[in-house]
Amino acid sequence: MGLEGDTWQEKSLAAGNLLQTKARKVQLQLGSHSAMEIESLILGAGQEVGKSCVVVSIGGKKIMFDCGMHMGYLDHRRYPDFSLISKSGDFDKALTCIIITHFHLDHVGALPYFTEVCGYRGPIYMTYPTKALAPMMLEDYRKVMVERRGEQEQFSSDHIVECMKKVTAVDLKQTVQVDNDLQIRAYYAGHVLGAAMFYAKVGDSAMVYTGDYNMTPDRHLGAAQIDRLRLDLLITESTYATTVRDSKYAREREFLKAVHKCVAGGGKVLIPTFALGRAQELCILLDDYWERMTRPVVINIDGGLTIQANMYYKMLISWTSQKVKDTYATRNAFDFKHVCSFDRSLINAPGPCVLFATPGMISGGFSLEVFKQWAPSEMNLVTLPGYCVAGTIGHKLMSGKPTKIDLDKDTQIDVRCQIHQLSFSPHTDAKGIMDLVKFLSPKHVILVHGEKPKMASLKGRIQSELGIPCYYPANNDAVHIPSTQYVKADATDTFIRSCLNPNFEFLKSSGESNSDLGFKDSNAVQLVQIRDERVAQGILILENRKKAKVVHQDELLPMLGVENHEVKSAYCCPVHISNLEQIKPNELSRSNLSLDPSSRKNALPLSKCSWLHLLFEKLSNELPGGDIQELKNHLQLESFHVSVCSNDNCPYKTLEVSDIKSDTGLYPDPCLHAYSEVLRFESRGGNFPINWLYVPIGRGVFKPSSAEFGPAWFGMKCKNLGSSSPRL
Amino acid sequence: MCLSVADVKDCVQKIKTLKYAEEVCYNGTLIIKAFSSGLEIGTSNWTINGPRRNITCLSSSIFESAHAMNFDYHSLQGNDLILFSDFSSLHGTTGVCKDSDASSNLHACQASTAYDCSSPRDDNGNGEGFIKSLFNSEESLEEMEKLAFICSCAIDSVKEGGSVLIPIGHLGIVLQLVEQISLSLESANLKVPIFIISTIAEDILAFTNVVPEWLCEQRQQKLYSGEPLFAHVELIKDKKLHLFPAVYSPNLLGMWQEPCIVFSPHWSLRLGPVVHLLRRWCGDQKCLLVLEQGVDADLALLPFKPMKMKVLQCSFRCGIKYGFLLHLSRHYFHCSTVLTFSVCRLQQVQPLLEMLKPKFVLLPEELRLQIPSSNTHLSSFFYYTENETLRVPRLRDFFEADLAFQFQPGRLKEENKCLARLKGELFIEHGKHLFVLGKEPVDSSQSRPLLHWGSLDLNLLLKRLREKGINGSVEQSGSDIGPLNACLIHVYEPNKALIEIRAMSTIISAADETLASLIFEAVSSVLDGI
Repeated sequence: MGLEGDTWQEKSLAAGNLLQTKARKVQLQLGSHSAMEIESLILGAGQEVGKSCVVVSIGGKKIMFDCGMHMGYLDHRRYPDFSLISKSGDFDKALTCIIITHFHLDHVGALPYFTEVCGYRGPIYMTYPTKALAPMMLEDYRKVMVERRGEQEQFSSDHIVECMKKVTAVDLKQTVQVDNDLQIRAYYAGHVLGAAMFYAKVGDSAMVYTGDYNMTPDRHLGAAQIDRLRLDLLITESTYATTVRDSKYAREREFLKAVHKCVAGGGKVLIPTFALGRAQELCILLDDYWERMTRPVVINIDGGLTIQANMYYKMLISWTSQKVKDTYATRNAFDFKHVCSFDRSLINAPGPCVLFATPGMISGGFSLEVFKQWAPSEMNLVTLPGYCVAGTIGHKLMSGKPTKIDLDKDTQIDVRCQIHQLSFSPHTDAKGIMDLVKFLSPKHVILVHGEKPKMASLKGRIQSELGIPCYYPANNDAVHIPSTQYVKADATDTFIRSCLNPNFEFLKSSGESNSDLGFKDSNAVQLVQIRDERVAQGILILENRKKAKVVHQDELLPMLGVENHEVKSAYCCPVHISNLEQIKPNELSRSNLSLDPSSRKNALPLSKCSWLHLLFEKLSNELPGGDIQELKNHLQLESFHVSVCSNDNCPYKTLEVSDIKSDTGLYPDPCLHAYSEVLRFESRGGNFPINWLYVPIGRGVFKPSSAEFGPAWFGMKCKNLGSSSPRL
Repeated sequence: MCLSVADVKDCVQKIKTLKYAEEVCYNGTLIIKAFSSGLEIGTSNWTINGPRRNITCLSSSIFESAHAMNFDYHSLQGNDLILFSDFSSLHGTTGVCKDSDASSNLHACQASTAYDCSSPRDDNGNGEGFIKSLFNSEESLEEMEKLAFICSCAIDSVKEGGSVLIPIGHLGIVLQLVEQISLSLESANLKVPIFIISTIAEDILAFTNVVPEWLCEQRQQKLYSGEPLFAHVELIKDKKLHLFPAVYSPNLLGMWQEPCIVFSPHWSLRLGPVVHLLRRWCGDQKCLLVLEQGVDADLALLPFKPMKMKVLQCSFRCGIKYGFLLHLSRHYFHCSTVLTFSVCRLQQVQPLLEMLKPKFVLLPEELRLQIPSSNTHLSSFFYYTENETLRVPRLRDFFEADLAFQFQPGRLKEENKCLARLKGELFIEHGKHLFVLGKEPVDSSQSRPLLHWGSLDLNLLLKRLREKGINGSVEQSGSDIGPLNACLIHVYEPNKALIEIRAMSTIISAADETLASLIFEAVSSVLDGI
């Protein structure tokens, strides 16, 4: 798995911070601010591969991600349509910055044109390796265009130099403050040396643009790595939107075996590649393999480009895989032992030979020269990269097994050599894309850099499997999604502390759940689940021209400079004792305060305490979870009090005490006086079910602060206990 | 007790490494970042951002470095508190400088360095212009001069047939000296080998060439043009520079020739290959020993007396400048030469603080006199001493919390003030408090006020009650229910109820729940509440 954990979340979990385990996505809109949205204008790589360029407007900033060119076109379609950014051509005003993800031409190819010809002068960001290697790619391309195709150049060498001067290099994970509001950060993307995914954040809105990435490590590069971020938008490549690949090592072995077999048989191996990236990976692969062979054959590299590139790779070793990094002090992995520069005059020298030559798809240049010479012999081998653009010889060789290739109307090449197609690619496969999307769980996904039908299928998967809205716009289309915005407020200590107070619940799990957890044999072991669900409550104060403030309830009144006005409900009702036998003698003996002796002559001298105690026992039986406290002069259930009304002329006696005849064996009694501070009358019907006390606020669990009782509760309670006339 | 290699390895494994400006979050609340201080490769100033305040730990910093990335002071801007822990000046002022037999050209040097504090500080009003002026200015020139002087002394010695011994101190100085001396040797057409004898030489030099992201701009430029970052790469390839792990390395013995130039640990002159070489050369007055400031030369050289060797002691920048003084002095003792450069630097501190605009600055007690607090109006100064806790006033009484909610207009009872109850969950995430409102909509019955304040207006209450069809008779200050100023409303319609009103409490008694809740509503509407 390329994503190394849930970076901050896992660590804080380890630190025992329970709070963060509950972190979840925030869904919020600030009603009136519907204008806050993220716009993604796709200028390239929309439903195609080539000229990657997306302009994202986020929180008032406009960022251009990649500025690539299309290798398949020579007309205006080669570059993104920059006029869509600004009609007037004032790109400095229109764009906040440009971010380039890696040095491939379909990601950086149009940059010198945009800066030097179109006149963009704003900031440009790319990683150190990209800044070092992009000029080589651009210069090489420019030369091919001008010298080989005889085309009029779109930009000059000087343009490239001037353009690169404007670039700010960034390191991985370095948090760059582009301006006061915009923050960007690069994450390792694998794909090629220096490739990065970029995170951009303005205010509370955040997004990631992946560029090209690889979720599995290869010989010289590590796998993509990113933190778990709270994102509104993820723009990801989807080159292999539907492909799932197996282990890479098997395919590497195939390649080595093919090369070995050819060389052992005295044949020549042509490896057409780009100068950067794949060439180094294969060099490492072969150099390593050769090291273990008894009679190695020299690996030849044509042209200075790759040799020079190796020089850069050596200095940029900290951007390679861990394995390569670990050995740099003793031997830099790019100090190849068996690699040397190719003497072109030896093209037809006898004997085995391994040769790297550019360009990769045999679309021209030296690789085509060599191909012409070597293709007719069946002893020889040509390896092809994983992807070839239509129209190139590489593409023709890949599609079927041609025996003859028409180069132009005069030249025809006999193809008798063996063809080996490299099936490993530095792009992530569908599983990798899904893993990344799942890991980041953004609110929206946009797919770019892929083929339309495959993108459609991947979009379907992302929406159905992950439930995330997904889009794959075509070139020059724009996608609008809402962005996140929070209200900023000052919060007091007391409020914060009250929110952080643990709110533990101990739930006894049943036998069934034990067996689910694999404790089938031991039902005796009772598991106790502990849940700590904290519900934060506070009061928001908004004042004109002041920052919003959140306080705890207890702080509000002093802050407002006012005094509490208590509103209580009270209810008195007579309670009768129906069965004297229920009163145990020891309870009677415990009573030391005698009731008004004048009230009834034959009444037992029951004290207030005994009354309350009786009530307490009764209620405790009825409400086992209620946690009723028996205090000296009253019973208490949270804010609800029960006490004996001491007032003979109790003004709250709204029910008349009916004279109950002594022959019924009932004794009139003192008035039970009940009141509560929390004023809530939930039950409007006649019946108060017992379990009403357990009415959930959270998850079906009794919450003291929210279960509130009206005066009727007590009365109802008593009614439920027996007759319509409250009695004990 | 001596640490084993395993102990060291275990310890190093526990270190979490960061890039410059990489954010790391501790416990959800503190965000820690490191920024280049310019002193050496990877040396850092740290910022800690918490909900209460933002702190900068400012260590020895150098504005413009010739090898490491420059002092990134921009990123330290706007933090509330600076813990100033650049002690470099404390070592500098109490240095070895005993005698100032300053020659005329040294005077000139002093004049050019002494900075007139009053003139260019006004631009932008934040001292930034001044700090910029420090860049590309005399400071790095001065350093280059020192290096050039050491080089010329080394070349002189070598020409006389003496060897040069340079104990390894600051890595950056060694890297630069290797480059400069090899250039000087080349231009003087001298074929003298340079040796670095150290167990870690190979690792360190390999390392310095693969960390372009940590180096100064000139060195990064070399990356872009595809050249090695330090000249030592080519020197090793051309066999002009040789690395050996120890003096007894067989290859070294085979290659040894004098005169030569040797870099080797340890600067204390008490351990490492330097001891052997010093024994060999201390009696030779053609040989040269280069010491860095910070070593007590008298004490360090004591075991090697009588010293005939020339000794050159030089202080290099190791922190922010405090003072206006520059001493260049030359001492002669025991027939050997000690040249002391000692620089007291106070002049950079104030403009730096003015630009960083902290509210508090914590300075070591020793600098109380050197950095006068009177000139800066923006910050309060505190002075700390070892082993004593210093209390710094609170800056914020409040946490900043982000509230994520769909805002509903709350109860507006007072002018300009709006109150609303919040219920949800509080998260602490990446140094921020995030309050997420519960998803369940607040139902109307739950939105009843739980807290009331103010006093009850009786007439208004009666009016509200009548509106709800509730009628009652008022009984003023019933003495039998207790305190005065109480008042009772006996409700008789639609059912019996009693409302007892006191100054700061109201008690509603009703057998009929519906009635009770109607009365409650009426009372609530008269009082302020939430």
